[in-house]
Amino acid sequence: MSTKKNVLFGTATVAALAVALTACGGSGGTSASGGTWDKDAVVNIGSLYEPQNLDNTAGGGQGVTEALNGNVYEGLFRLTDDGEVEKLLAQDYETGADGLTYTFTLRDGVKFHSGKELTSEDVKYSLEKVLAADSQSARKGNLEVVKDIATPDKRTVKITLSKKSISFVYNLSYVWIINSQAKELKTTEDGTGPYTLNKWTRGSALSLNRFADYWGDAAANKQVVFHYYKDASALNNALLTNAVDVVTSEQSPDALEQFKSNGAYKVNDGNSTTKLLLAFNDKAKPFTDVKVRQAVSAAIDDKKLLESVWGGYGKQIGSMVPPTDPWYEDLTDVNAYDVTKAKKLLSEAGYAKGFSFTLDTPNYDPHPTAATFIKSQLAKVGITVKINTITPDEWYTKVYKNHDFSATLQEHVNDRDLVWYGNPDFYWGYDNPQVTRWVEQAEEASSTAGQTELLKKVNRQTAEDAASDWLYLYPQIVVANDKLSGYPLNGLNSQFFAYDIKKKG
Amino acid sequence: MARYLVRRLAFLAVSLALASVVLFVLLRMLPGDPANALTSVGASPEQIAAARHAIGSDRPLPEQFTHWIGQLASGDLGTSFVSSLPVGPEVAARLDVTVPLTLAAFVLAVLIAVPAGFTAAHKRHTWYGTLLSGVSQLGIAIPVFWLGMILIAVFALNAGWLPSGGFPQDGWDDPAEAVRSLVLPVVTIALVMSASLIRYVRSATLDVLGSDYLRTARALGSSFGGAMRRHGLRNASVPVISVLGIELASTLLGAVVVESVYALPGLGSMLATGIAQHDYPVIQGVLFVSTLAVLVIGFVADLVQRIIDPRLRGRLSGGSR
Repeated sequence: MSTKKNVLFGTATVAALAVALTACGGSGGTSASGGTWDKDAVVNIGSLYEPQNLDNTAGGGQGVTEALNGNVYEGLFRLTDDGEVEKLLAQDYETGADGLTYTFTLRDGVKFHSGKELTSEDVKYSLEKVLAADSQSARKGNLEVVKDIATPDKRTVKITLSKKSISFVYNLSYVWIINSQAKELKTTEDGTGPYTLNKWTRGSALSLNRFADYWGDAAANKQVVFHYYKDASALNNALLTNAVDVVTSEQSPDALEQFKSNGAYKVNDGNSTTKLLLAFNDKAKPFTDVKVRQAVSAAIDDKKLLESVWGGYGKQIGSMVPPTDPWYEDLTDVNAYDVTKAKKLLSEAGYAKGFSFTLDTPNYDPHPTAATFIKSQLAKVGITVKINTITPDEWYTKVYKNHDFSATLQEHVNDRDLVWYGNPDFYWGYDNPQVTRWVEQAEEASSTAGQTELLKKVNRQTAEDAASDWLYLYPQIVVANDKLSGYPLNGLNSQFFAYDIKKKG
Repeated sequence: MARYLVRRLAFLAVSLALASVVLFVLLRMLPGDPANALTSVGASPEQIAAARHAIGSDRPLPEQFTHWIGQLASGDLGTSFVSSLPVGPEVAARLDVTVPLTLAAFVLAVLIAVPAGFTAAHKRHTWYGTLLSGVSQLGIAIPVFWLGMILIAVFALNAGWLPSGGFPQDGWDDPAEAVRSLVLPVVTIALVMSASLIRYVRSATLDVLGSDYLRTARALGSSFGGAMRRHGLRNASVPVISVLGIELASTLLGAVVVESVYALPGLGSMLATGIAQHDYPVIQGVLFVSTLAVLVIGFVADLVQRIIDPRLRGRLSGGSR
């Protein structure tokens, strides 16, 4: 989407970065980046996602990624707002001919917030922390291919894998490099990023101060404060009264009109990776039958659902793959909305008179709305839906762990998560040995082209099998005061880089 | 009086001990798993087991219970499963919001309700007496979040006089800002609270106005004001104080809706988050402290009633006539 994908952090001028970021917005150069801005501004960010704790290997959740990733902690690599993987603390790296050894050279002169210099030992420690027995990192499973971590000298890390892993470097962008001597990481920090943690007041706010000894370009503002809200309208009120300057992810579509019609605010429509799924239990009748799944998918008018939940925002998708994943293909035509076809498929499957099933529905938006919509749509083809509203906690126990469900609604937030269809033990129970093999082969591919080709096959196969029904792709809407520029628009995997945010004085 | 105090304090201690057992047992009976808050979609069974082990929820219940009681005995409310922060200091920080909020709202509600309720009873045959009764009836029907939204729309969004929500991160280090952020929430709670209080004050006053002793006092030559001050106030305040105690106690945790509308980091929202995450130490800590507060408020209300009404002095507890 951007034409300036190769902008490297630390070498580009701040101005170039600002241009690249506003270019992503696609709405022209009306942003504030042209004017003068306050180098010592305090940027107030409003969010609905408070960190649970400050450690992303100990269940910190979405909020800790938003507040700390890239701001306080950095990895060897970084996933940019455009979805590109670029070098960050790794100055360079080489891959061995066998594709199993990676040699990383660390950037020189990088200091932790405690003052200690970054060495290869810290990288080893940080990776081991993700792989540890008690690690809750979402990337633990992906990184378990790591067989050995050697540190021949202070600036070199040599990692040997047990088998080839084309996503290895990408996965490293999730590994925060932490001072190996740091303690109490759930409540304090010691990273290398452009900000240090000032204070976290649970239930209220988390503030970051610019780090004076940062190795790269200093942050474009002096302080960033994340203010946490439980209620979307309280958050919007804060933006309207200038208590916050920007909202990381707008979840209240009704409220957008008041910002769109007001020249003091800018509503940005970015790309998200969050998909709303009607996930069948593919191992439980009647969803074991591919025709039943296809029928249900064809009986639901996703476009109408998206319209009713999000107005003009968001996108239709035909599979698990959002447009920002390299193996995206538009598959909205597969099992598209077609009531006649749905009825035909149902009678072929032996359910001409329909059937009834229970839909486990998480109790927060947009799931209840979607459930009611699905219920009315499926009634037209003779299927009776019983809506069972459950808390997120019950969802984990009943659906995720015990697989005790017929169908459920759930949002899946991460990019590149198509590969879960290769795991027959995953909660939705999709078991196609061919797909499992393709996913494994893709991971061991020697080139990204090879990986992409195989995952495209997986994409098409799972869509044709209606492994789940992918209802729609969420919009990623950042609403900001017009005084602000340089904020991220896509917020991939919930990250929200704050260091380029400029505020007009 | 001394004997009463000892007995009353013993009653308080036994209630607290019983409450802590009930609390612990009831929480464990809730469906769900506290480890769920720490795991993400994609977590392996090993990771889930590791999360349980890390927070100690895989240990036998009696062991968890003695651990908790042991901590309590040494004045420690434990550590949150989710944030790893100690519960005690967080409760204290939340009380910095909740206590001023509750007390200020309480005082304001009394200041509104007592004169209004008295007037509604005394002047019940005038148009404004009737209006006061009507307004208080209406007030009871108003949902607190709706009132909050209206006040925000008027005073924060349109007039821009007060913040729409939030509380300064540094709390009372900036007293002016802290006070400003509490004004609208205080008014919201006070208005809703006073609506029901007006009715209690009104009916207590009506009782007094129709009483024989007031008529007798008037017949013996007291002025209306003098008779009310000497006999009326005392009698009318006994049932009102019961209600006040209950209102005060329920506002401590019941302010959760107001806290959400105004994005205030109070005790109610701490409890709500704790429940959503099955964060047992947080839930236990908040409920233990609030149980203690409720018992103490009840105790104080009893004490005040006994001072006002000598007829109550033979009883251990109670206040309703």
